Amino acid sequence: MITVSGLSKNFVLHNQGGAVIPVMRDAALCVAPGECVGLTGASGAGKSTLMRMVYGNYLADHGMIRVGNLDVAQAAPRQIIALRRETLGYVSQFLRVVPRVPTLEVVAEPLLALGHDRTQALARARDLLARLNIPERLWPLSPTTFSGGEQQRVNIARGFAHAYPALLLDEPTASLDAANREVVLTLIEEAKARGAAILGIFHDEAARVRVCDRVVDVTRFTPGMVA
Amino acid sequence: MTEYTFAYLDEQTKRMIRRAILKALAVPGYQVPFASREMPMPYGWGTGGVQVSAACLVPEDRLKVIDQGADDTTNAVSIRRFFEKTAGVATTTRTAEATLIQTRHRIPEAPLTRDQILVYQVPIPEPLRFLEPRETETRKMHSLEEYGLVHVKLYEDIARHGQIATSYAYPVKVEGRYVMDPSPIPKFDNPKLESAAIQLFGAGREQRIYALPPYCQVVSLDFEDHPFEASKADHICDLCGSATSYLDEVIVDDAGGRMFVCSDTDYCETRRAAGHRGRLAATEEEHFA
Amino acid sequence: MTPLLQVRDLTKHYGARIGCADVSFDLYPGEVMGIVGESGSGKSTLLGCLAGHLEADRGQVLFDTRSDGPRDMRAMSEPERRMLSRTDLAFVHQNPRDGLRMGVSAGGNVGERLMAVGARHYGGIRAQALDWLSRVEIAEDRIDDRPSAFSGGMQQRLQIARNLVTGPRLVFMDEPTGGLDVSVQARLLDLLRGLVREMGLSAVIVTHDLAVVRLLADRLMVMKSGHVVEAGLTDQVLDDPQHGYTQLLVSSVLQV
Repeated sequence: MITVSGLSKNFVLHNQGGAVIPVMRDAALCVAPGECVGLTGASGAGKSTLMRMVYGNYLADHGMIRVGNLDVAQAAPRQIIALRRETLGYVSQFLRVVPRVPTLEVVAEPLLALGHDRTQALARARDLLARLNIPERLWPLSPTTFSGGEQQRVNIARGFAHAYPALLLDEPTASLDAANREVVLTLIEEAKARGAAILGIFHDEAARVRVCDRVVDVTRFTPGMVA
Repeated sequence: MTEYTFAYLDEQTKRMIRRAILKALAVPGYQVPFASREMPMPYGWGTGGVQVSAACLVPEDRLKVIDQGADDTTNAVSIRRFFEKTAGVATTTRTAEATLIQTRHRIPEAPLTRDQILVYQVPIPEPLRFLEPRETETRKMHSLEEYGLVHVKLYEDIARHGQIATSYAYPVKVEGRYVMDPSPIPKFDNPKLESAAIQLFGAGREQRIYALPPYCQVVSLDFEDHPFEASKADHICDLCGSATSYLDEVIVDDAGGRMFVCSDTDYCETRRAAGHRGRLAATEEEHFA
Repeated sequence: MTPLLQVRDLTKHYGARIGCADVSFDLYPGEVMGIVGESGSGKSTLLGCLAGHLEADRGQVLFDTRSDGPRDMRAMSEPERRMLSRTDLAFVHQNPRDGLRMGVSAGGNVGERLMAVGARHYGGIRAQALDWLSRVEIAEDRIDDRPSAFSGGMQQRLQIARNLVTGPRLVFMDEPTGGLDVSVQARLLDLLRGLVREMGLSAVIVTHDLAVVRLLADRLMVMKSGHVVEAGLTDQVLDDPQHGYTQLLVSSVLQV
């Protein structure tokens, strides 16, 4: 479902003397449907960079990033927009939403954007928020005022609202208590069971061991570092 | 009489105005620019109408001039005298006998015939002026038939007053094409714009002439659920008893006494001569007797 | 799928000075594109040329018309272009005074476009005006008030209602949240996003506010000195800017 090969990237800092910082060399990995692959490596090795490139958030200089039938490295913006809407979900560490929008709407939005029936979309959102233990009295409020842990759970609910065939998870269990951590891991297992291909970053080793079928050490792709 | 060219204006000017009139008749409702002349009367006293009349008059004509329906007001009297003096044409106060009628603010009650010309004095020829002050823009709106704004004005009327409160200079659409200001006639007169007579509109200050050829279609703009109504005061004439003519309200004493009389004086007199009597007609005649 | 708007080599000079030069892009139905750049970068000139408010020197602006498919708006006759402006296009000005009739009631402002395309039923026009006022969160009892009695945020929402009432397919917005308080901006952004999704609108939004484009725009064009220096997915351009100017722009924004 997700295939990466020969992927390279430099950052060029035009305003700092044109410094070229190589961040990725010949990265390669693949994730099959129903499989969860964890990215490992020291901080700064490029786990998040690789994940962002798969999502189309960072440009690739060379190589291929195939998600479904689309090469993200070559795709036009609108193809990536469609991919993100229908195929590729992303749970980042940070919640970025329009202020003032109620939490329930934030979670239902991916479904609404796909043209799902509003009642069903809101029902799905309620179900997820309840599972993730977000108190019902918070649902009509904007998540921008929530605590870090609450925002993280809203972000997860939003990421799991639509049954994406491919999912990117950036530290989904960070800053969660045991009960909520369990809910998130169950959600990941359910997604695998329905055939989703998942690429994740888990600093939580127990979680990684539980949900990941394999791990890929990103240090192998880090220029100037030896695996 | 020899000191004036016939009807005051020189022949070249009259030809120029006639060309504008012909063009206006050919494109009903369209405002034709013309080189308005200085007249021996101030703007606002009918300089546009006078120039159109001057260009139309022939020695055989019989002229009638009315102001607000009356033949005996200052404006009407002075214009009538002007043409008596400069053109030597016969004049009349009888609508039926006139061949050319110059008017301000009214259309005579008696139906006009194909042998008559009605000339309107027009202060502001542009129906879109108060909605869109830019002349360049209103011209473009006319040429592109963008008339939504006229309905915005009517919408505002209904929103504010519960009905279309515009009661005079009520906008019309001519032959399904141009939106036209019929000059400040009461909207009661709008249905009479579809007429057997030639109707010419002259705006002296603004240098525009427009026209309605005989029998052309003139539709008063409205909404489906707020149709146009040719309203008038809900009274009958206290002198001639007419229930269908447009009425003026006259305050007759300091105690709030008032009467309603036909604004068209000739119409009223003609009816009284034929024996029609209103509520106060008897006392009126005693008073004069 | 046919792009709703195809722009090719659009160029406008002001005498010897460049307004915008050789701008080309496609905009697909439902897409929102942001144009950012500092003052004088040519973004407003570009928007003016796209919307037909300014006469470009050369280039094409192909709009996918309902009846005849893609046609160059620059080659259209004026009646056609103005008709298109009243039906399929909309323009939201930064200053609502430029986009509203200040002497006409809120209802009349919203109703104008309907009447311009032939609506002649007062009750129907008023019902639609009420519906749109509620969609932009203006209380129904304000329908007969003039915009001069409204706050800046309300005026801007009224301008949006007035523009969207005829169901346009492409909306141009020039700094739609400029000059508004931050809290009012948020409300407007939320509203715009909802309307864009519900109506399937395409939009071109000019702004210098990177936070606004991140939340509203799918795609982003960065302009400098009349030229497009970078274009791409909004979050990609903002998070991984390739051009020096964009890097400077992004790094200059204060983090909140």
